[in-house]
Amino acid sequence: MSEIPGDLKYAKTHEWVRREDDGRVTIGITDHAQEELGDLVYVEQPELDRELAAAEDMAVVESVKAASDLYSPVTGRVVEVNEALADTPELINSDPYGEGWILRLQPAADADFDALLDSEGYAAVAAAGDD
Amino acid sequence: MLIFERSSPGRHSRSQLAHSDVALAPLPERFLRKTPPALPEVSELQAVRHYTRLSQKNFSVDTHFYPLGSCTMKYNPRICNTLASLPGFSGRHPAAPASHSQGVLACLYELQEYLKEMTGMAAVTLAPMAGAQGEFTGVAMIRAYHEERGDFGRREILIPDAAHGTNPASAVMCGYKVREIPTAANGDLDVDALAAVVGPETAGIMLTNPSTLGLFERQIVKIAKLIHDAGGLLYYDGANLNALLGKVRPGDMGFDVVHINVHKTFASPHGGGGPGAGPVGVSERLQPFLPVPLASYDGVSYAWEEEDEHPQSIGRLSAFGGNIGVLLRTYIYARILGREGLARVSEYAALNANYLAVRLQEAGFTLAYPKRRASHEFILTMKKEAREHGATAMDFAKRLLDYGYHAPTTYFPMLVPECLLIEPTETESKAELDGFVEAMIKIAGEAKDRIQYLKGAPYDQPVRRLDDVRAARNLDLAWKSDSEVS
Repeated sequence: MSEIPGDLKYAKTHEWVRREDDGRVTIGITDHAQEELGDLVYVEQPELDRELAAAEDMAVVESVKAASDLYSPVTGRVVEVNEALADTPELINSDPYGEGWILRLQPAADADFDALLDSEGYAAVAAAGDD
Repeated sequence: MLIFERSSPGRHSRSQLAHSDVALAPLPERFLRKTPPALPEVSELQAVRHYTRLSQKNFSVDTHFYPLGSCTMKYNPRICNTLASLPGFSGRHPAAPASHSQGVLACLYELQEYLKEMTGMAAVTLAPMAGAQGEFTGVAMIRAYHEERGDFGRREILIPDAAHGTNPASAVMCGYKVREIPTAANGDLDVDALAAVVGPETAGIMLTNPSTLGLFERQIVKIAKLIHDAGGLLYYDGANLNALLGKVRPGDMGFDVVHINVHKTFASPHGGGGPGAGPVGVSERLQPFLPVPLASYDGVSYAWEEEDEHPQSIGRLSAFGGNIGVLLRTYIYARILGREGLARVSEYAALNANYLAVRLQEAGFTLAYPKRRASHEFILTMKKEAREHGATAMDFAKRLLDYGYHAPTTYFPMLVPECLLIEPTETESKAELDGFVEAMIKIAGEAKDRIQYLKGAPYDQPVRRLDDVRAARNLDLAWKSDSEVS
């Protein structure tokens, strides 16, 4: 069973979201998602300052099995990407909620966090995918 | 061992030196390189042995059953190659005028006509040099069609989540944004989700039918109406045409563009990066935009039609009229089988797939869509084996090699977890299919009793299990000489 921390918000498309004290949000992919993808070999990050709408393609993760789009969980502007992933994409496998974070957004004023799932809601999504 | 590693300075084979029956003018001094290229220096015998040994390592359809789903690895009859290699074809200069090319032009013209009839389209171009270029051609024509009418607001191409990766790539190449359409639980396209996004921004939809799930899209007529009513066009990816020959035609389903992978359906060589050909058929409204040249016939002689005759053409795709050697193999295959033979191709492709699916299901394997009839391919999910014993789809795939079977496609389409996509094709016998089932049953037994052994497979191949993660993370693609390394 994969780990789903209770203090994070989730998108149905397997991204997690953490609201930081400075108002920015950190985004990554869930433990369940990295397990399904298998060993990651490449991450394509967006350019800084790119404006993302909610559900828009924001990055691509590539494993030995597949390349998958990641979708922005909320509307916002890209303010930071995890540079370490360029050389060590395996951080996503080893520490999906920590060192394997993908990028940070400055959320737009109207960013909708209410549409995101809590850990229980996401656990149901992850379990449904397992059947 | 690479042939470069067998090289020793000064060794060569004079009898293999290039010679020409035309005098060559020397190149101007400034274009000549100062140092010789770092080519391997080996004797003729060393070269022969090196490449013969490499060929013996091939796992190919000439040596083994090759049920690689969605790739249609059928056997190509040798006669197609023999006839296409006749000196009258192979010795023709690509710039020879039409008056000296009546034979080859007749073949190409007739091939255009056959493909029109087979796909139910108004016209066909043979110009695209590969399936991928065929896709590009099709989407470029969709774009030309909308722009010709001054309709510049159509920015989106809709693509199902089960599609081949080439579809979104082609749409993006032509400047479109891709919108993914989900698949419903029964394997059909989710038509409600489609209806919710179709509109004035829709340039078209790209579909494979049967889909990559090995299922015939039952709502295709409804989908076609939905897209056409909104002003969009329908693109047919011919990847799975081997299921439909002589049975159903993309044109009759409402498609406006069709590309055909001749290496899958019509006995031209597979893989190796080409040469390929990707003929494209169109409905009447796209006909003016076809690329040039097109083979034509006025009742007396054959000719190439160029931009003069087709001023709205999207233009040329290559310097010449397509990969003619490949197209000739396609033509010969179609001539040899004829209308009835081609229909039988699809009948046996479907029969073999359904026989194999049912036998595997009876042996305890799980079909991804047990309630649906398979088209020409089907999907097993190894989720149960993975959960109970830790035996993944990849473990089965690797072990099959030891039993003398090429692995099916693994982990595609991504919608189905731990999947094997299996396409036996029409050219396999019942005995071969039964052998494959026996091998799968033995591997399932190994999964239960000897999982660690299974995880180490393959054992009897030139290489053991490769570290695909390390290979992808630390790319090592080109040989470097000692001086370049240091």
